This record gives sequence, C-alpha cells and structure tokens, in this order.
Amino acid sequence: MSQFLQVLLSGLATGSIYALAAIGFALVWQAAQTVNFAQGEFVMVPAFFVLIGMGFFGMPFWLALAFGLALSMLVLGYAFKKLIVEPILPHGGITLIIATMALAILLKETVKESYSAEAQPFPALFSNAPMNFFGAAVSIQDILNLIVSLSIVVVLTLFLNRTRTGRSMQAAAQNPAVAEILGVNVKRMVLYTFLINAALASLAAFLITPVYLAKFSNGETIGLIAFIAAIVGGFNQIRGALVGGLLIGVLDNLTATYVTAQYRAALPLVLLIMIILVRPQGIMGTSEGRSV
Amino acid sequence: MMAGKWRWLLVALLLAAAVAAPLGQKSYIVYVLTSWLVFAIAAMGLNLTLGYAGQISLAQASFMAIGAYVTALLTLAGWHWLIATPLALLACFVVGLLLGYPALRVKGHFLAFVTLAFNTLVFLVLRNEEWLTGGSYGLSGMPRPDLGLFTTMRPLPFYYFTLAVTVIAALAMWGIVRSPWGRAFRALRENPIRAESLGLDTRRITLLAFAIGSAYGGLAGALVTSLVQFIEPASFGVGHSLRILLMVVVGGAGSFFGPFLGSGVVILLPEVLRFTEGYYLIIYAVLVIVMLIYAPEGLIGIGARLKMKFFSRSQVRADMSQGASLK
Repeated sequence: MSQFLQVLLSGLATGSIYALAAIGFALVWQAAQTVNFAQGEFVMVPAFFVLIGMGFFGMPFWLALAFGLALSMLVLGYAFKKLIVEPILPHGGITLIIATMALAILLKETVKESYSAEAQPFPALFSNAPMNFFGAAVSIQDILNLIVSLSIVVVLTLFLNRTRTGRSMQAAAQNPAVAEILGVNVKRMVLYTFLINAALASLAAFLITPVYLAKFSNGETIGLIAFIAAIVGGFNQIRGALVGGLLIGVLDNLTATYVTAQYRAALPLVLLIMIILVRPQGIMGTSEGRSV
Repeated sequence: MMAGKWRWLLVALLLAAAVAAPLGQKSYIVYVLTSWLVFAIAAMGLNLTLGYAGQISLAQASFMAIGAYVTALLTLAGWHWLIATPLALLACFVVGLLLGYPALRVKGHFLAFVTLAFNTLVFLVLRNEEWLTGGSYGLSGMPRPDLGLFTTMRPLPFYYFTLAVTVIAALAMWGIVRSPWGRAFRALRENPIRAESLGLDTRRITLLAFAIGSAYGGLAGALVTSLVQFIEPASFGVGHSLRILLMVVVGGAGSFFGPFLGSGVVILLPEVLRFTEGYYLIIYAVLVIVMLIYAPEGLIGIGARLKMKFFSRSQVRADMSQGASLK
C-alpha cells in the first residue's frame, strides 16, 4: 500500500508537469490553429538557456532561471510566432505542422552541436530528500513539483477567466471575427497565447529537468506525452489537458511498476486509441466542433 | 501543364539516366543510388497519404520496418523473396487499415499523433521481442533474391533489380492516381466538401490511401532487407519517418515526380554537405523552413513556377497552381 501511494504521488508530480506542456500546446492549437510538433523541444530548450546563463554569464541560479524564462518567451514565443507561424499559416495547417517538425529537428540539432550531446546535470529547485507521508517515502521534490505546477494552472485559469485580457484571449480563440468586431485586438491576444505557451513550457522545463537531466533528445518523449495528454483530456479545455497530463503521469508510473517496464512508452498510444474509439472529444471535452 | 509528348520523352530520358548512372561507379555510389530508389518508393507511398489524401503519417519508417522484418524472417526461413514480399505488403496494408480506422474517425490531425505513437510502439516491439526479431542486435544474413538466370548478389545487378521494382511500383501508382478511384483522390484534395456532397465516402478513400501508402512503405522495407542484409530497430525510428515525410514535402507533395526528386535531395544532400559535418541537419532544417515559407509546393512547384515565368503559354487554373494542396 505504501508503495502504491508512493508510485501514485510521483506519477501525479510528473503528470502535473506534463500538464503544463499540454496546456500550452492546447492553447496555441486553439488560438492560432498551430499544431506545434516542436512542443517537446520547447520544454527541452529552456533548460539549456538556464545552463548558458549560469555557465557563460556566471549568473546565480535564480537569475539564470529568470533569464531562461525571458529568453524562452522571446525566442520560443515571439520569434516563433513572427518568423514561422505568421508567414506559413496562410499556406495551410499541414504546411505549418511540417514546419514545426523541421523546427524540432533544428532545435534538437542546434543544442546537440553547439552545447553538448551528453546529458547535463541541472540544479534542482527543491531538495530531493525523502519525507514520510502516511507511511510512504515521498520525495519533497515530488510534492513541491505537484504544488507548484498546480498553482501555475490555478493562476492561469484565474487569469483567463477573471481578467479582461484573459477573457479577450478566450474570445479571440473561440471566434476571432466576432471578437474583432467587439473591439478585441485579436492579433495581440494570439501573441499573448504564444508568450504564455513559451512561459508554460519553460516552467515545465525548470521542474522536470532536475529529474530527467538536460539532454537534446528530451523533447521526443515529453512532446509525445504532451500531445496525447491534451487530446486525451479534451483539448478545448485547460482542465482537460490537466486531467490528461495527470492521468498519463499516474498510469505511466503504475504500468512501469506493476505491469511492464519494457512497454511503458506504449501506454500513450494505447490510451490515445482507446479515447478516440470511445470518447473522441476527450475525457473533459465538449463535443462541439469535434464530430465528423 | 507539360505537353504529354514532352513529358514521356522526359521520363524516358530520366529512365535512361537511371540505367546509365551506376555504370563504372564504385560500389558505394551504387549503394547510394539503390537507397535513393528504395526511399523513393517509401516516399511515393507517403505522397499518396500526404499529397493526395491530405493526412500526415509519421509511421512510414515503421511500415518499412514491418516490411523489412516480415521479408527477412520469411527469407531466412527459406522462402523466396518474390513470395515473402507480397506477404509483407499485405501485412502492411492490413496494419495500415487497422491503425487508420480509429485515427480517421475524427476530424483533425489525429493520424499524425496516432502514427507518431505507433512508430514508437513498433520500435519497442522490435527491440523487446528478442525471440522473434533478435532485439537490438537485429537480423542479418538475409539472401538477396535469386531470379534463376539473373542473380542479384552483386551490387550492380541488385541496383537494376531495384530499378525494375521501382518502375513497376511507379506504374502501379500512376494507375492508382489515374483510375476513377484516383480521381476521387484529386476531388478530395481539391475540394473535400464538394467531393463529399457528390457522394464520395471521403473517410473510406482516405483510409485506403493511407493503407496503400503503408504497403509502399513495406515494399521499400522488403528491398532494404536485401540491400543492407542487416536490419535493426534503430534504422526504423521516428526520426526516419520524419525524414521520409520531409522527402515528400521537399520534392513537392501531391505531384507524381516529387517523391523521386525529394528522396534524391535528402539522400544526396548529406554527401554534398559532408564538409559541414555535424551541422548538416541544422542547415537542412533551416532550408526546409525557408522553403515552406516561400515555396510550400516544393521543388517541383518551384520548377513549375520558373517554367511559367519563361514559357507562360497555357493558362493554369488559379486553384491548381498550388499543386501541392497542403491545406
């Protein structure tokens, strides 16, 4: 029982970090019709920004984190939108998807060639000391990761639902034409979405890299899990991506511990196909606009 | 549009060039040319899925894997390549149907995600089921097809064998695209809503396109088995699927000759850019992004555009001028 609790909690912790990446992915998909296949790399790159900040500029860790966040929002948010999404979106969604795939190769290879092909240690935000939690040995890192990422989700939800800007963003995503008529600056709202996505991806990076180490190929796994979490949860809802992320985190850990470690990477596929067959709009999704 | 006569002349010239190209070359060059043909077949299949049916598949390498492993296991068990390969194609076709059915039930780019995850799954099965696939050590020592008078053990005869298979595959594709059923594809590509309102079952057509495209992947895999005579899971990862996808896009999705051009570029470019060492993929990715910004219809599209500029006699329909309808 204590092992089960331990597996469950650490699954929730990683799952909540996946959820951050999944939420960003879903937001950009909705607001800008951009299916970003480089989302996994968007979680891989900020960790290297932080390492560069510390290694090349000699920044203290906290400043390097801020530097990484700012640089990510500039490069993966602003530049991504201006240089890739804006010129390619008029050519169609599939062209843009393929461009993001090429971008994924570009980011991966650039990190590999210019920084390192080896996994780099990344300083932990929180201590990894074990803590007794109802008889289960749980690391403080897991608990704090879970708390921090859930707080980020709560803050984001409050922002989107309670502030004027947040509501304008939702309007711009749901019906750009009407939003424009009502005086919403749709272009700016879409830009905000890209910035928020970059911020979410870098926060996910700061939380997950101490666990996985910083490596150029990290994006492959994280990306796949983020896409599938968003789809499984129901991508037109923030809470959908959250539930999807948590579910995959927990199931992944349970499969690895109790069923098979060799095939744990197959779990997202199984889950994805089951959801498409049984509930194509996702667990939390409403079916509008998704039926054939 | 190119006048029919000139087009056939061009095809004949290209074919003659393909026959002459490996003569007197070192066996490494012959190997590179052969793998060009093999990847052209895989890209041709994916072109049916992407260029004609408008769906992204990221599993072409895993269908190559299925084709390669089925052929390898059967030929190692003593079956002839010519019997093993059709079975491998059938296996890919059936798996394509089973995989595409759920993914294509839902609108959106779900096939991309399902196939991405599927490629990972195939890799895991190949690596973990050692009793069947040899695990990460792979399989080796597969015989090359022996056609009685014509044995393909040496590189050059194997190249001609591959060329013959490629020509047959291309003629079959030509037939598919030109058949009434293939016209349904074009209708689907140009205006899916009108196609549907004219009574086409777009979902079934898309599914069939994907399954046939997958079988072409299997054929390429069957040829890889005999070409390299050693197969391992790492040669069929997601990265390779992405590589084949970019071949189709670079050549020109939805154009018949695009895949040949695209696979040529992707296979030969590393040789040309060898001096850039590790930076090759970075340069390549940047070139692809720039191309998608300025010429999303691929190299064939750029060629057509240049031709229009100099010999603009016939009026091309505005909605056809895009060629690759990557919409």
